[in-house]
Amino acid sequence: MDLAIEVKGLTKKYANVTAINNIDFQVRKGEIFGFLGPNGAGKTTTQRILTGVITATSGKAFILGYDIKKEAFYAKSRIGVVPELANIYIDLSAWNNLMLIGQLYGVVKEDRIKKSAELLRIFNLYERKDEKAKVFSKGQRQKLLLCMALIHNPQLLFLDEPTSGLDVVSSRLIREMIAKFNREGVTIFLTTHNIQEADELCDRIAVIDHGLIATIDSPENLKKEFQSMQTIEIVFNPQIKSEDDLKKIEYVNKVQKIGDKFKLYTDNPDELIRQLLSFSQKGNLNILSLNTLGPDLEEVFVKITEEHKGWSYGKEKSFSKSV
Amino acid sequence: MEKKNPFLSQFKSAWAITKKDISIYYLKPPVLIYGFIFPGFLFLAFFLGKNMPFSSLLPVVIVLALFFTSSSVGPIITPWETRMRTLERLVSCPVSLEFILLGDILAGFLFGVGITLILSVFAIPFLSIGLKSITVLLGTILLSGFCFSCLGVLLSAPATDNPSNIMMLSNLVRLPLIFLSGIFIPVNKLPALGRLIARFSPLTYTVDILRSNFYEECIYSPVLSLTALFIFTVVFLFLGMVLHKKNLSKRF
Ligand SMILES: Nc1ncnc2c1ncn2[C@@H]1O[C@H](COP(=O)(O)OP(=O)(O)OP(=O)(O)O)[C@@H](O)[C@H]1O
Ligand SMILES: [Mg+2]
Repeated sequence: MDLAIEVKGLTKKYANVTAINNIDFQVRKGEIFGFLGPNGAGKTTTQRILTGVITATSGKAFILGYDIKKEAFYAKSRIGVVPELANIYIDLSAWNNLMLIGQLYGVVKEDRIKKSAELLRIFNLYERKDEKAKVFSKGQRQKLLLCMALIHNPQLLFLDEPTSGLDVVSSRLIREMIAKFNREGVTIFLTTHNIQEADELCDRIAVIDHGLIATIDSPENLKKEFQSMQTIEIVFNPQIKSEDDLKKIEYVNKVQKIGDKFKLYTDNPDELIRQLLSFSQKGNLNILSLNTLGPDLEEVFVKITEEHKGWSYGKEKSFSKSV
Repeated sequence: MEKKNPFLSQFKSAWAITKKDISIYYLKPPVLIYGFIFPGFLFLAFFLGKNMPFSSLLPVVIVLALFFTSSSVGPIITPWETRMRTLERLVSCPVSLEFILLGDILAGFLFGVGITLILSVFAIPFLSIGLKSITVLLGTILLSGFCFSCLGVLLSAPATDNPSNIMMLSNLVRLPLIFLSGIFIPVNKLPALGRLIARFSPLTYTVDILRSNFYEECIYSPVLSLTALFIFTVVFLFLGMVLHKKNLSKRF
């Protein structure tokens, strides 16, 4: 068995919304699987079902081979969880938070103490272990939550937006740790709407929108799928007044003005550069700078979710296969 | 990883939860206010200057202390943890809601029974009151404490994240019970409806056994009272678990 997560026809209905609608996907052992989608897409709902916090309306989910509904104890024992909105016990010290969670996962005292000290050191919290968590900042709380998720050496780690709202340094530390734990063999299920984060960390990304999986692929493939989203950034001297002239150039799909720069979307950057050179010669313009950029995942994402909205709900299956 | 016995592990988890509850909730203001101060004043208001014998006062003191302390911890835990968003973290641990609630019940039970026992140990020899059976006294305190703690946890089942709403609800239930259970007003002096309600209050039975145990007038036989308390406990426990389970997904 080499699947960490197997989801079959999972559906969650609330009174007024279908938060997730008959989704299927698999996560292989050892990978970092990104779960990407806009607000309200159903990401947190999915993670809550997979971690046994809520139950699905229908469908099945297997965590490390265990049915999360029928064998919840065994499944939950083997996973670590950082929920989106969850908090630590602010009335307990950092240390006692870890001791409590360690006990709940059945970690014996000796290991509990050793592992807690090790994790607190990694996340620079060891000196503050005896302080009540009430005084911890948002970033420190998030780091403590991560320690709590790791105290029992889980095989699979669920993270729901682990870096949202954190500063660059903290986010980077957490990302580095995610990558490190993954190298040590922990499978990661990373929910995020931070595209750079998904791009940087994930082996594969599922894009979810309106409760449906729009596509699942590697970040590289996702970018390749969207050749037309490649861009060239160009700055002319003197600045040209109207972008209309640029729109007329062959191979330009879209023009966007960013400060003194123009961002040109194209599916053929090579041809477009030749066209731009002759455009500048004709107009007697100097090219101050010219950059070609691959499609960034952000645009891919916007495009996928836009296309997805255009599809009627009966067709999402064929859509997800065609991408 | 070796396969652990889920049942045994979850019992240990319940105990870990009890310890957590003890260190967090015993000293929360609502617990102190409604667990100590409130029943204390209630007692004083009714009996001050009435010149009653200690043997009829003591059952009342014990039952008030036990009832209010045991049922004060349960109501605040779940709404508090819903609001502080610790509940979601807790339920993602390998411990089912039933065992989480068991841990909470145990915390209320230990609180109530602990305080009541301290009170009794000091009061009984000091007041040189005759006691029929120490076993019956202990059994009654233990069983009633557990029963009231289950009631406290049951009262926290509505899916709110506002502890004061639940405190209000629990006082709405607890206060009338105090007056309809033969504590201040003997059951046989209550109007018909009151007598009917008294039968459905666990407090009636607790106070009745205690009275008989201190050689005071009582209505039911101790066996009947203990059986009734046991049934109440099972009902509160079962109902609490079912309702909490039903409302859990509304808490996130
Ligand atoms: N308890 C609930 N009751 C009713 N509707 C809910 C509940 N929980 C979630 N929903 C709805 O389900 C949908 C999916 O919510 P979910 O929290 O899974 O989104 P998300 O992808 O995590 O969004 P975000 O990026 O904002 O965290 C939303 O429309 C939300 O309003
Ligand atoms: Mg979310």
